[in-house]
Amino acid sequence: MSKNLRINNKQFIDETRKLSFIFNGKKLYGYKGDTLASALLSNDIHLVGRSFKYHRPRGIMTSGSEEPNAILQIGNDDALTEPNVRATEIELYDGLICNSQNCWPSVKFDIGGINNFLSPLLPAGFYYKTFMWPASFWEKYEYFIRKSAGLGKSPTKQDPDMYDHRYMHCDILIIGGGVSGLIAAKIASDDNKKVLLLEDKELLGGSLIYDDNDISKIDNQKSSEWLKKLIENIKNDKNIIIKTRTSLAAYHNYNFLLARQNLTDHLSVNDRNNKIRQRLYKIRAKKVIISTGAIERPQVFHNNDRPGIMLASAVKKYIDYYGVRCGLENVIFTNNDSAYETALSLHKSGTKLNAIVDIRNNSSSEIVNKVKSLGIQIYWNHTIVNTKGYKRINKVTIMKLNDKGNDVVGKKIELNCDCLAISGGWTPMVHLFTQSGGKLKFDNKDNIFVPDKTNLNQLSIGSAKGDFELDDVLKNSIKDTKKFLQIENSNFDKIDVKCSKEKEKKNIWLLPSDKPLSKTKPFLDYQNDSTAKDIKLALREGFKSIEHVKRYTTTGMGTDQGKLANMHALGIVADTTNTNMGDLGTTTFRPPYTPLTFGTIVGRNVGQFFDIFRKTPMHDWHVDNNAKFENVGQWKRAWYYPKDGESMHDAVQRESKAARESSGILDASTLGKIDIQGTDANEFLNRVYTNAWSKLQIGKCRYGLMLNEDGMVYDDGVTTKLGENHYLMTTTTGGAANVMSKLEDYLQTEWPELDVFLTSVTDHYATASVCGPNAKKIINKIFKDLDLSDESFPHMSFKEVKLGNINCRVMRISFTGELSYEINVEASYGKYIWEKCIEAGKEFNITPYGTETMHLLRAEKGFIIVGQDTDGTMTPVDLQMDWIISKKKYDFIGKRSLYRSDTIREDRKQLVGLLTDDPNEILEEGAQIVKDENKKPVNMLGHVTSSYFSPTLKKSIALAVLKEGKKLKGQKLLVPMIDKTIKVTVSDTVFLDKENERING
Amino acid sequence: MFLINCPYCGERDQSEFVSGGEAHIARPKQPTELNDDQWAEYLFMRKNIKGIQFERWNHAHGCRKWFNVARDTSNDKIEKIYKMGEQPPKL
Repeated sequence: MSKNLRINNKQFIDETRKLSFIFNGKKLYGYKGDTLASALLSNDIHLVGRSFKYHRPRGIMTSGSEEPNAILQIGNDDALTEPNVRATEIELYDGLICNSQNCWPSVKFDIGGINNFLSPLLPAGFYYKTFMWPASFWEKYEYFIRKSAGLGKSPTKQDPDMYDHRYMHCDILIIGGGVSGLIAAKIASDDNKKVLLLEDKELLGGSLIYDDNDISKIDNQKSSEWLKKLIENIKNDKNIIIKTRTSLAAYHNYNFLLARQNLTDHLSVNDRNNKIRQRLYKIRAKKVIISTGAIERPQVFHNNDRPGIMLASAVKKYIDYYGVRCGLENVIFTNNDSAYETALSLHKSGTKLNAIVDIRNNSSSEIVNKVKSLGIQIYWNHTIVNTKGYKRINKVTIMKLNDKGNDVVGKKIELNCDCLAISGGWTPMVHLFTQSGGKLKFDNKDNIFVPDKTNLNQLSIGSAKGDFELDDVLKNSIKDTKKFLQIENSNFDKIDVKCSKEKEKKNIWLLPSDKPLSKTKPFLDYQNDSTAKDIKLALREGFKSIEHVKRYTTTGMGTDQGKLANMHALGIVADTTNTNMGDLGTTTFRPPYTPLTFGTIVGRNVGQFFDIFRKTPMHDWHVDNNAKFENVGQWKRAWYYPKDGESMHDAVQRESKAARESSGILDASTLGKIDIQGTDANEFLNRVYTNAWSKLQIGKCRYGLMLNEDGMVYDDGVTTKLGENHYLMTTTTGGAANVMSKLEDYLQTEWPELDVFLTSVTDHYATASVCGPNAKKIINKIFKDLDLSDESFPHMSFKEVKLGNINCRVMRISFTGELSYEINVEASYGKYIWEKCIEAGKEFNITPYGTETMHLLRAEKGFIIVGQDTDGTMTPVDLQMDWIISKKKYDFIGKRSLYRSDTIREDRKQLVGLLTDDPNEILEEGAQIVKDENKKPVNMLGHVTSSYFSPTLKKSIALAVLKEGKKLKGQKLLVPMIDKTIKVTVSDTVFLDKENERING
Repeated sequence: MFLINCPYCGERDQSEFVSGGEAHIARPKQPTELNDDQWAEYLFMRKNIKGIQFERWNHAHGCRKWFNVARDTSNDKIEKIYKMGEQPPKL
């Protein structure tokens, strides 16, 4: 068991800090500096998961965010566990617990593995094709399909971690801290620009930092040594802010970008207490440089998915960076020179390399010649036709390619191996470029998509742009950055770079096998188990668009978003349909580039900070007096005040009875208030309300109804004339902001000639509304000198009065139908005036009531609530409020729409009252109204909008909108409920005090 | 996320603004003289252009001023910002 897989490596791994972790219940060890993947590999563990569909054993394949297989469940806490974490990205910490996903009972023996043998029965579109018939069975199928779907398990408890958001601004944002990004950062900083440099790994330097061959030289130094000096220089540069462990999630228009920084995921659990777990940066950059590098492509051949098959670049990184051998018997399979670097690393570390299989006829570059000189066996013009080993590769079978490269010839050769390093060339990471709206072009030489046109102030450099060889990367990065930043000279201008140059290229998207395609499994998307066969099937079945092929076969739809799979899928589609890949285009790259946690997205806006809420100045009094609150817009409004364990119904009955029989008090501070001033204020009101305002006198109030231009009721409220050119408008609580912006809109854009100024004063004033037959006596106790006689202070009028030094605006207006005074004071005196009213009203049993009682009281009077009895489809005529439409005014907002052919229809839904035949039966708001419930389909005539039990009338009352309602007065109709049908009679909308006598007390 | 150059406040993040739809649709001075079709044309019909579109924007969480924006809907590039009452630029 104890294979010697760990090579001494003091550079990036701290071998003095041994860390223990648990994988599938077994305790293992790694070192500080390891990723979970490198630690597993050092324990000779390749098999970490099962594939999604066929449950095939899968191993660690890569060393980065493109990993399709090694996705694990981290942690075993109900709140903190996280599914689908890439083992290649998570840094090892002491006490890490992880488990394989999508397997039962264990990753080594998985019952679902039977799917692998059933795979001929599970082609692309299997679910679509199979579970269609009979349609009524879907619900039964769904249960089983849902059970087998999905990979990891979501946490079941609330996330206890803290997350954070922060805005950042910079001159130059550089995404990716590899060699090209570092050079660009230095050039920009030397030009005195403010640079923000993001790197998703723990350390800067990209892949060059652990480069260990003797061929690449920069300024006559080993390239990694040269780079280390540059990094030291940059770390001490005050113009450059470096954020490591920070990956860019989304690149939006106008250079607005989101990046996620991991702050504690690499710490042991005990060290994370009270620390922010992740931070989301919202970055606005003047210029952006994308230096995200490239991802190595695999090759597509039969059984190319076994544990032990890895990208050649990953094998190299595990040796050179982590000091871990991925196998003791290696074979390399490649179509390009870069895998020869892996060969040199294997050789240098004393790891056995059995052979290199290269589909090219030859290569004579410097690096290949060096490998040849080491005596390593190279099979030119050969391909792998099969691999063996169920839970770990143990053999590959190779054959010679024919001249065209579309078939194999000669005899089979078997090679032993426990690790197969594959390389199919490199794909620039153009994801962010395309997310930002950039257009790609296809490069036929390297078979890659590279950045072409963009509208943004951005630049792609390095291998993200398609430069793969060190001299191109460096020289072009320097040249392009200088041009982008409009700089003449840089300190890198005389840079001297030596590297091996690739001369031979060959690319075959789907490698031939000695078996027919139907008998092979050449995987493209490892996570979703889609093969080259599936792509071809989709094309045969008529799917043409690459977007459709993707969805039908699910290629590229896993958590890795097809970072490895997409290019081969495109290549095979292009080859099969004889299309140029450039014409085919790519599927859309969407954010996030790598998955984000929900915690990061919402940041601090959780729990009580999910949304702001507004409190009135009397709020504390309501709380002290046991109020229950309801949300109205962002306001917390007192809903009702239960006493001694009363139910809501009982409390509302008591409150409304008190208001009708003696006195009640309501906190009306939340109503929207707009101060209107200017010489044209009166004309303005005439234009925005349906009724006439010209004759309103100073000190008087008037109710107004506001329409939209389409004639539908928008808002209502009372406006008071405070002075010659001065009005105070009130709006509904929820509509205040919208009314304000609508009025501003008309003033600024349609009627700029009007001399009118609007100021929102909703928060400036607090309002206590005292109502009931004893209201006058209470107000008289507070304002002893105020003449409250009907002659001096009639209904719909206003007086300004002082209480000590407090200015009070008292309005005699009523929403309940009772004699009623509203006292408005500056907000800071709100609680004082409220308590004054309560004190003065004590002898009259003044009863605080909430919004529910207010709704009941106004419904008894048939007063509408905009937004409850109206829904944006009701005209004033529909509401039977014809009286409020001025006939004399030439124009007002919405007037023309009131006689459109649609709005004058007589069979529109209209507001009516409803009385239940059983007076104790209370209708449900929203319930449908029908005439005949037996004739199907049942014709819906309308619905209940407001419904209450009136303690004064001792019966249930309701408002409803009803088709042709005006004509149906006295008609018997039905309200069918789930368990019964309620009989109702259409009535007038006013249930109480039709003569309006109570208004005078 | 746009960066919008409010003519009164300068460059601000899009989250401070509200879009108000197509610009240069004047409210008819004499609505009563329009027939249903003409009124419906004003009320409901809006263009949906691929290319340069003239729109109204409001700096709702700022100076509350309305202004006009010429935006290329194919790439969201703002070509021109001009005040209310000014004529649309030739682009």
